[in-house]
Amino acid sequence: MNETALPNYLQEGTSLGSWLLTRDHKRIALLYMFAITFFFVIGGIAATFFRLELVTPKGDLVEAATYNRLFSLHGIVMVWLFLIPSIPAVFGNFLVPLMIGAKDLAFPRLNLLSWYLFMAGGTIIIGSAVLGSVDTGWTFYTPYSSLYSNSHVVAAVTGVFIVGFSSILTGLNFIVTIHKMRAPGMRWGRLPLFIWSQYATSIINVLATPVLAMTLALIALENLTDLGIFNPWKGGDPLLFQHLFWFYSHPAVYIMILPAMGVVSEVITCFARKRVFGYNFIAGSSLAIAFIGFMVWGHHMFVSGQSPYAGLVFSFLSMLVAVPSAIKVFNWTTTLYQGSILLSAPMLYVIGFIGLFTIGGLTGIFVATLAIDVHVHDTYFVVAHFHYIMVGGAVMAYFGALHFWWPKMFGRMYPESWARLAAIMIFVGFNLTFFPQFVLGYQGMPRRYHSYAPEFQVWNVLSSAGASILAVGYLLPFIYMAWSWKYAPRSGPNPWPATGLEWQVPSPPSKDNFSGIPHIEDEVYAYDQLFGKSDEPHSAPS
Amino acid sequence: MEFLKWPQQASAFAADVDHVFIVLLIVSGGAVLLIAGLIVFFCVRYSRKKQPRPVHHTNTKLSLEIGWSVIALAFFLFAFAWGARIYLQMYRTAPDDAYAVYAIGKQWMWKFQHPDGRREINELHVPVNRPVKINLISQDVIHSLYIPAFRLKHDVLPMAYTEMWFEPTLPGSYHLFCAEYCGTSHSEMVGQVIAMRPEDFENWLGNSQGMGSTAQQGAKLVASLGCTSCHKSESTSIAPWFGGIYGKPVELADGTSTVVNDAYIRESILNPQAKVVRNFQPAMPSYQGRITEDEILSITAYIKSLREQKNE
Repeated sequence: MNETALPNYLQEGTSLGSWLLTRDHKRIALLYMFAITFFFVIGGIAATFFRLELVTPKGDLVEAATYNRLFSLHGIVMVWLFLIPSIPAVFGNFLVPLMIGAKDLAFPRLNLLSWYLFMAGGTIIIGSAVLGSVDTGWTFYTPYSSLYSNSHVVAAVTGVFIVGFSSILTGLNFIVTIHKMRAPGMRWGRLPLFIWSQYATSIINVLATPVLAMTLALIALENLTDLGIFNPWKGGDPLLFQHLFWFYSHPAVYIMILPAMGVVSEVITCFARKRVFGYNFIAGSSLAIAFIGFMVWGHHMFVSGQSPYAGLVFSFLSMLVAVPSAIKVFNWTTTLYQGSILLSAPMLYVIGFIGLFTIGGLTGIFVATLAIDVHVHDTYFVVAHFHYIMVGGAVMAYFGALHFWWPKMFGRMYPESWARLAAIMIFVGFNLTFFPQFVLGYQGMPRRYHSYAPEFQVWNVLSSAGASILAVGYLLPFIYMAWSWKYAPRSGPNPWPATGLEWQVPSPPSKDNFSGIPHIEDEVYAYDQLFGKSDEPHSAPS
Repeated sequence: MEFLKWPQQASAFAADVDHVFIVLLIVSGGAVLLIAGLIVFFCVRYSRKKQPRPVHHTNTKLSLEIGWSVIALAFFLFAFAWGARIYLQMYRTAPDDAYAVYAIGKQWMWKFQHPDGRREINELHVPVNRPVKINLISQDVIHSLYIPAFRLKHDVLPMAYTEMWFEPTLPGSYHLFCAEYCGTSHSEMVGQVIAMRPEDFENWLGNSQGMGSTAQQGAKLVASLGCTSCHKSESTSIAPWFGGIYGKPVELADGTSTVVNDAYIRESILNPQAKVVRNFQPAMPSYQGRITEDEILSITAYIKSLREQKNE
């Protein structure tokens, strides 16, 4: 293609205004990337402090009130300002148009507005933290948050409320783009699995986030007025809050993990040089997760006093939602079979993802099992479980995506051995941090405890030690990626090489992505055409 | 090596819960090892050095897809069924002969009240080998009463009674935690459950501090709060008498009926207009804010103690 003459998207103006007023999806993706990296650091600093506090059973490093604010800030920032936007807002923004052969998203101005909403909400949340922060946990349970907390609840929920609209608008933008802007020949059955996962995620974003917005608005109103929605002394019901909150916040877990699954599907085929196994099943399972995921919220409430029979229904449905996840894991594993596998840095992250996500998913079965949940609910077992999904899963995949598409975004490679070292450190550090928490949870240590019984100390020390390895693992990419930006060798359009449409344009791509309208002739994972089969006869069963 | 110890099993359910947990641990552990093993094996066997080009490009195989989906589903449903069976046992209504205790959660302490009027703070003495029922209520935010050695917890709500029950099997002293985050000193809302042999427990009860039974305290309250000026023992048209009504159905002004239980008594004290007994006027003022949860429990115990009394 004769596109080398065109300036790439990074060269289209270097002024601050050319960035802050850009409507280019790729530049907006980078704006998100800087923002969420900043928020990730804030959330990480909060975690550093409370992991240090937990080295000793007594609450001796920070006061209880400070400790409670630290874990609340960590949760709110990591969930709403990092995990939810991470892969969709950065890589979804960058890749959705490139992968389907479009010039931009359907609504470029709306896309920019989404970023400004995100920044406005994020600023309010960080501002509330500077003023004194919230101490409600990221879950804002009533009546504590509405009647008893003396912290900045109204400011924090206002921030989250605004950030929610950024999610809704981005989701809407993706849905319309995927429906209306596919290049000729890009049929639904030829869409990259990353696009399927973004599509499923966007549906959840559009349908669930408004419920969160309403719920948080009600919290703010109860703080400011005499409203009695959740206030039991006025005839309200605090459990209603939990129903509404989890109606969003359980699907929100899938907002975090579905895009990660999309990344895994792309990377694993590329580095196995093989077409993905079970395309229809992986794509379909994304939709199944999005759909069933709306009907499992009550599994957060098995001990809340809701009817035991409601507990039965939610436990049953939670078992069903695990099946599509299992299908994905089996298909990824089978994709490796008889491939030609290179354990590059992105691949190490993705294989790490599969291992950690499998543990996270299976421990999800434990907590969905009613009798076990009565014991481990609100203990460190649950903390470990969801960190295996969100950090072991979503964050691993985010780093995998960062390494995989970095050459496309910036046109430069990164130091491969440093990247592999970081991947391994993150994997080891993660397990050392969170595996002990499963043990602590089953031994009965409740979560959100500033001080704890002395017999829990050994596992807590191990966990904090792991967290320090994890912190170094996360720090490494900051350093070598910053170096790579300016100094690393140029990568060329398709360094791995991979089959997706995004790899057929220069790195970095031009402002309009494609010089003409691409025509798609084949399915996306045609690795057999790129590499063919081995001539070597093979004895494996057919 | 205390940190490697399996948590104590001190209730009738504890072993059941551990069994499900251990079986799930074995099956899941096997699944993780299988998947991790396959991935490592494939990465070595089909590494790019040994295998510069892929051998095979099979796209999909329906039998495999169906096979592993069914196996996964079967395992998940097995976990569901077994867990649900135990859950329904744990969370069903307590047996009638259960020793009944009241618990009040407040920021940041647990208050317990025994039937004989004994009160404890952050400590709960119970007999072993006998079902113990705890009626739970919170004075402020949501708390959760958690006894890891019993493998049991239940949330404690404001303005609504919930209930939990267990049967301690092993004498000893066990952690009692608040598991639902409840504010600044959440991690200090902890205490001990002391399970005692029945004879020791009787002794312990026998050392009562002479505050009188809860019902007697309730009787005093009923007099001092002025309840008896309307709720007179002789039948009047102003308000119904407490005798013989507990546990029985009562007809309401709107034509429906309800059973006089703890929740109804509590509601009638705090929100008297909600369910007025037929043939009486809605004349009673609300006691919300003028009466504590402990006092409501004492009055309830008093009304309960009059259950055998003939009404009118």
